[in-house]
Amino acid sequence: MHELSIVMSIIDIATEQAESAHAENIEEIEMDIGCLTTIDMDAFDFAWQQGVKDSILAGAIKKVNRIKGRANCYDCNTSFSLENVYDACPSCGQHLIHITEGKEMRVKSLVVY
Amino acid sequence: MCATCGCEGDGQVSILEPLHQHNLKDAHTHQHATKKLVDVEKDILHENNLLGERNRGYFDAKNILALNLVSSPGSGKTSLLERTLSDLKGELEFAVIEGDQQTTNDADRIHATGTKVVQINTGKGCHLDAHMVLHALQGMKPKNNSILFIENVGNLVCPAMFDLGEKERVVIISVTEGDDKPLKYPDMFYSSTLCIINKIDLLPHVSFNLEKAKEYARKVNHKLEMIELSCTSGEGLQQWYDWLKSKVLIPEAL
Repeated sequence: MHELSIVMSIIDIATEQAESAHAENIEEIEMDIGCLTTIDMDAFDFAWQQGVKDSILAGAIKKVNRIKGRANCYDCNTSFSLENVYDACPSCGQHLIHITEGKEMRVKSLVVY
Repeated sequence: MCATCGCEGDGQVSILEPLHQHNLKDAHTHQHATKKLVDVEKDILHENNLLGERNRGYFDAKNILALNLVSSPGSGKTSLLERTLSDLKGELEFAVIEGDQQTTNDADRIHATGTKVVQINTGKGCHLDAHMVLHALQGMKPKNNSILFIENVGNLVCPAMFDLGEKERVVIISVTEGDDKPLKYPDMFYSSTLCIINKIDLLPHVSFNLEKAKEYARKVNHKLEMIELSCTSGEGLQQWYDWLKSKVLIPEAL
């Protein structure tokens, strides 16, 4: 259940940002969560429901952009999409790859008032 | 119509949201809170990563080789440490941080080897984080030019996300587990730099396919170094000790 730790970190960031914007409420929070991270979205949603209670994010709209995995092949320089970190390059079949997208875990923005 | 609370501007309130208190007798004399978009663009684990970097700076300054040992429960992390600490006693200076949900059993085992050790009990927590390690360091004050083993909570999933400030992450699997562990728990193998395959003395008795396991691990992380060993028979331990010595003698070039 590291998802709960993740949610608590998000609450900390949101609280700090709202405070420095002199806002007391958050209407919406937008996040990027890559498909190649270890975050399980069902566990995340469950942890969110429990975690944001009594926090500044209680009642806030949660917008999550799932970023699909992409990688470059070192061998043949192909750029391709992947679902698992162990997927091979579709062009040459090698695993000498560099993941370029899908590992994001970012709070993008808040709408505060 | 007012976009914030829906009141009509003619004094008639049509929709109420619990944003602020309206005085219905005197509608629309209240102050509207203004919405603001705040660009954050911050990594969710920003705070942990900062503390991880702070630990890393401390380790660099003292030329401490910090290793984060991760594995599922029962792969032999503590046994490997016990053996290493005994065999290299007098050659290298060591300190150990033990992470478990409960008990000081592992710390007691390490303490018996005469090594400085601190136990972190995470309670219900499934991983160590940089903050816990920071506090452990304040208490233990490891020596300059030493090796610090941080034995994480036995768990192949959660500790993968949390940087502790370590120089290298060492993932340990044993041949009594499935040889497809690297594919089942790819993130831990992806984020590690060395993979130790432990208990190889048991290979004749189990169906673990060593070559397959290594192939799977390389599929996940082509840069992963691998050492096969057994703490019982001693096979392969020299390679592990050589690896440790090769890392500890090189001060970080900045």
